[in-house]
Amino acid sequence: MSPTQWDLPVELCCRPMAFVTLTGLDVVYNAVHRAVWDAFCANRRADRVPISFKVLPGDHEYPKCRPKRTSYEWYIPKGILKTGWMNKHLNLVPALVVVFYELDWDEPQWKEKQSECATRVEIVRQSLQGRNTKVAVVLIQKKTPLPPGEDVIASERAAALCNACELSGKSLFVLPHTDHLVGYIIRLENAFYEHAQTYYYTEIRRVKSHKEFLNKTTHQLLFVRHQFKIAFFSELKQDTQNALKNYRTAYNLVHELRAHETNILEIKTMAGFINYKICRLCFQHNTPLDAIAQFRKHIDLCKKKIGSAELSFEHAAWMSKQFQAFGDLFDEAIKLGLTAIQTQNPGFYYQQAAYYAQERKQLAKSLCNHEASIMYPNPDPLETQTGVLDFYGQRSWRQGILSFDLSDPEKEKVGVLAIQLKERNVAHSEIIITLLSNAVAQFKKYKCPRMKSHLMVQMGEEYYYAKDYTKALKLLDYVMCDYRSEGWWTLLTSILTTALKCSYLMAQLKDYITYSLELLGRASTLKDDQKSRIEKNLINVLMNESPDPEPDCDIFAVKTAQKLWADRISLAGSNIFTIGVQDFVPFVQCKAKFHAPSFHVDVPVEFDIYLKADCPHPIRFSKLCVSFNNQEYNQFCVIEEASKANEVLENPTQGKMCLVPGKTRKLLFKFVAKTEDVGKKIEITSVDLALGNETGRCVVLNWQGGGGDAASSQEALQAARSFKRRPKLPDNEVHWDSIIIQASTMIISRVPNISVHLRHEPPALTNEMYCLVVTVQSHEKTQIRDVKLTAGLKPGQDANLTQKTHVTLHGTELCDESYPALLTDIPVGDLHPGEQLEKMLYVRCGTVGSRMFLVYVSYLINITAEEKEIVCKCHKDETVTIETVFPFDVAVKFVSTKFEHLERVYADIPFLLMTDLLSASPWALTVVSSELQLAPSMTTVDQLESQVDNVVLQTGESASECFCLRCPSLGNVEGGVATGHYIISWKRTSAMENIPVIRTVITLPHVIVENIPLHVNADLPSFGRVRESLPVKYHLQNKTDFVQDVEISVEPSDAFMFSGLKQIRLRILPGTEQEMLYNFYPLMAGYQQLPFLNINLLRFPDFTNQLLRRFIPTSIFVKPQGRLMDDTSIAAA
Amino acid sequence: MAVCIAVIAKENYPLYIRSTPTENELKFHYMVHTSLDVVDEKISAMGKALVDQRELYLGLLYPTEDYKVYGYVTNSKVKFVMVVDSSNTALRDNEIRSMFRKLHNSYTDVMCNPFYNPGDRIHPGGPYFLCPYPVQVGPTSCVRSSPGGPYSCVRSSPAGPLITW
Repeated sequence: MSPTQWDLPVELCCRPMAFVTLTGLDVVYNAVHRAVWDAFCANRRADRVPISFKVLPGDHEYPKCRPKRTSYEWYIPKGILKTGWMNKHLNLVPALVVVFYELDWDEPQWKEKQSECATRVEIVRQSLQGRNTKVAVVLIQKKTPLPPGEDVIASERAAALCNACELSGKSLFVLPHTDHLVGYIIRLENAFYEHAQTYYYTEIRRVKSHKEFLNKTTHQLLFVRHQFKIAFFSELKQDTQNALKNYRTAYNLVHELRAHETNILEIKTMAGFINYKICRLCFQHNTPLDAIAQFRKHIDLCKKKIGSAELSFEHAAWMSKQFQAFGDLFDEAIKLGLTAIQTQNPGFYYQQAAYYAQERKQLAKSLCNHEASIMYPNPDPLETQTGVLDFYGQRSWRQGILSFDLSDPEKEKVGVLAIQLKERNVAHSEIIITLLSNAVAQFKKYKCPRMKSHLMVQMGEEYYYAKDYTKALKLLDYVMCDYRSEGWWTLLTSILTTALKCSYLMAQLKDYITYSLELLGRASTLKDDQKSRIEKNLINVLMNESPDPEPDCDIFAVKTAQKLWADRISLAGSNIFTIGVQDFVPFVQCKAKFHAPSFHVDVPVEFDIYLKADCPHPIRFSKLCVSFNNQEYNQFCVIEEASKANEVLENPTQGKMCLVPGKTRKLLFKFVAKTEDVGKKIEITSVDLALGNETGRCVVLNWQGGGGDAASSQEALQAARSFKRRPKLPDNEVHWDSIIIQASTMIISRVPNISVHLRHEPPALTNEMYCLVVTVQSHEKTQIRDVKLTAGLKPGQDANLTQKTHVTLHGTELCDESYPALLTDIPVGDLHPGEQLEKMLYVRCGTVGSRMFLVYVSYLINITAEEKEIVCKCHKDETVTIETVFPFDVAVKFVSTKFEHLERVYADIPFLLMTDLLSASPWALTVVSSELQLAPSMTTVDQLESQVDNVVLQTGESASECFCLRCPSLGNVEGGVATGHYIISWKRTSAMENIPVIRTVITLPHVIVENIPLHVNADLPSFGRVRESLPVKYHLQNKTDFVQDVEISVEPSDAFMFSGLKQIRLRILPGTEQEMLYNFYPLMAGYQQLPFLNINLLRFPDFTNQLLRRFIPTSIFVKPQGRLMDDTSIAAA
Repeated sequence: MAVCIAVIAKENYPLYIRSTPTENELKFHYMVHTSLDVVDEKISAMGKALVDQRELYLGLLYPTEDYKVYGYVTNSKVKFVMVVDSSNTALRDNEIRSMFRKLHNSYTDVMCNPFYNPGDRIHPGGPYFLCPYPVQVGPTSCVRSSPGGPYSCVRSSPAGPLITW
């Protein structure tokens, strides 16, 4: 954009730097000079002194200095600040003029050269007549100078040259053209900078000196001007603190000026300039709060200084510029490291600038609405002779006139008219949009998403006013969702209304329809009459006609739009628009609800689609279709009405295709699920509702899933929270809020109509073939086919059980490890209605414990559902928990031949093995046979016949057997000697003949075998008789390999007399046997103690009588003395 | 006096919004809406401290050229926003605070109404708007016309505003 009247002048906005001109340099043809110049102007970084250099010819004419005023008495200033002044001191009047001259100290023609140099200096001085500008001479030399003081000629000639040029020694410099050019140049420019500062210092003093001549009445303007000049010179001097101080004074002075309609613009312009300088310096001094405070003060002071009402847009423009300039300053400061915050950032200033720009537009619109016949005045009152104004902020047609009275009202009128006509051509919208987009960029940075959205709305609206509807729509569409998602319906409606206008004016069908749909919806806060109008337009559009124009649209734009709409009608092509509703709030709401969370496959799946329209008039839709995850069902869920386009409005309240506002319409759909979908989820993926007709235009509203749009989740939440009682409605109506979307359902298999019974006799006994009788009876009305049985251990139990459980259908043979735990899909044929079948299963459980058994019966049946034949697979399962127990307990013990319990057995000495079989089964058991399998180390004393063949044991009964065994000496065996196995063959008494016998093998315990040195056994009759001789023979066997010394004595007993050796000591050779014969003579009847045999082995002191007693009887039954006749009777008995 | 008062739900949608110059309602709606940026920022910045200190008043949210926008947030994250005229120098921080407290009390009364469903928009002319007494929200006083009077469920006439200031 080219600079406008309101833009701040460049010379104000730049950073003032000391102005130094360089003369005598031929930068075009002289390489040395070129190098010198480049060193001055290249790489001017921040560390170099702030000087702006310019190369000028030596005879350059500088601006003439006006003669010094000796008195201000009659002087009346014509304005505050001349437009050229700042530029003059920045770029035209130098602080220092440097004369470059090539001259070496040993120059042979020194005299001539010296006078030439002096002439050049003189020429420069001539053109600077009256100014305080300093002059300096730089000698460009080829030779490196000697250190100061050493070169006598040099110092002599230098003094002479200074004299000739009327220069002080400080103003003469030598620039050797050597390798270190840049270093010399930096030293040079530092020296220049000092001279420049002195110059500006004297300038400040000069301006200050005028002050005393001024008086308050006539020279008010000069106070401001001088103060401004002092501040500006201070800035040139780089004395920013003083500059700031002086600007502040100047600012206060500006507001002390007497303001009137004629000079208000000038005052505001100057106030704006000075304010700009102050804020800029404050930011530069890193005191942003001061800057903000100054700006606020400035705005508060100037806000009301509107000036001429006819030109009030100028004030708005000026205000806008103030804010924009401050925003720019702020932004620049941020770029240099200042941190801004959310509530204080440049965005606010740009926003405000935009606001004033909008106001300017409004004012311009109302003030500049001249008729087209009014011509721009000729001659142009805004033209001046020079093309520019003399003073800032003055009117071109009355420059320099200070009087508050308008000397020439006619001229004034023409001038105002010219300004107004010019204002009409300003591209206001462009200005506003630029400012808004600046603000948007800032707010984006400072976490203000809503502010950003708001500004984008304004931008959109501005584009709309600027008739750039495409951009307007783009912006509005972008921010709409923010307002929608936060539920600010008033704001959304306002945005939508503008968007609708844009889409109308561009004849954008899809957008037009979309916005209409939402403006008719429940989120819209439009009044009913507006909604009614929009609905009519929408119906027109759907019937392929043009809609009525939106209100408050530009007339010309409407004309264009009408043409566009007419073109659209004739244009054939795609007239079906699918609009996804999940991102907005359309005027039709939809909810889908399956009647149940699951359906049996033989029952039709039923669901309702609820529709509700929020628009003011009834509306008819043409088609409704529901899509599922399994697309095969889509065909069953379509409602279509073959209505012609023009019927949309006719008979509106009739038929199910018509939606009456506010009433919930329920549409029932039914279909039969496919048998493949048993166990699967059926989901509604989308609902499509078509409005309009395919012959006209058709818009398809597409709900994802079971309905719901951008607002419905919040509404559902509110409805769920609500505890309001809803008024009662007629039976066929429902409250919209009470409908909860259910968009999916499960298909489950048909309920079986058979009975499955299990017959068995629990508990099961370990290892037996346990019989489980399964009875399946059909209660179906028709034949069932393909009945299959799956039975066995229920999966999912302990893995060990699977290994120890085996199932078979055949009970006649024992099953082994190879049989499975679960028999699957055993075909059992078909069943007629009422028929039943029985199947026997045999289960063998290897371990005790409880097990779950599963019996699963599946079958096929033909079913007619909704006049459709389907084959249903049904199944029924039964589970049963069966406990497995041991059938019996076997106890084994070792006893001596005297049936005394033995801890251990003695080698070669016979002992008894007793088995005791205790039935633990609740059912009777038949022991078919038993068998003792001896280990090789054991020998039997007599035959091992089973003593319990075919014994039936009831619960708690036991069967015992006794075997006499002997264990040969084996030496010491760790852990004892294996005895062998006891094998019992058994079955349930109730089991059938063909059921195999179960052999249960019991490992007999190991027994500890001990060797003894001496074995004694006695031969004696089974009973004695009083006073009858009772011969007893003791056999003493030496079991060792040594000769044994044995002491034997018999202890007397009261019940017996005896004969034989009472006490003896004898030796028994290894492996031999000694017999001792006694004749006992019982004296008393009854159970009597025998005289005890004491045996003492000298070699084995451990061998005690205690041990001995195990082998020999200690007592005997003595019968009383009988009579002779009794003898026969006893013998008979 | 405030020129606009708004009650904003936890989810940031407006529950109640009313402005006195009704002709430019939209402007105030936007102003309240944009002020939520600052409210959000302040709430997240305060974080736990807010809960601990029970300081509900958020202070000046942001100044515009013509208005000042103040914020207040309840423990249940319901926000109150008040817009006052910049030129109104009579309203100092303390007055604003007390106005917010009164507004909070009124809001609590609405919440206590068994006919009001929390989260519903509060319609001044709506069927179930609780109005025990007219509330004067102003710098000077908030007067209960019948202190301690029983709450009644009033179907107010659409003409008379229920909250006046």
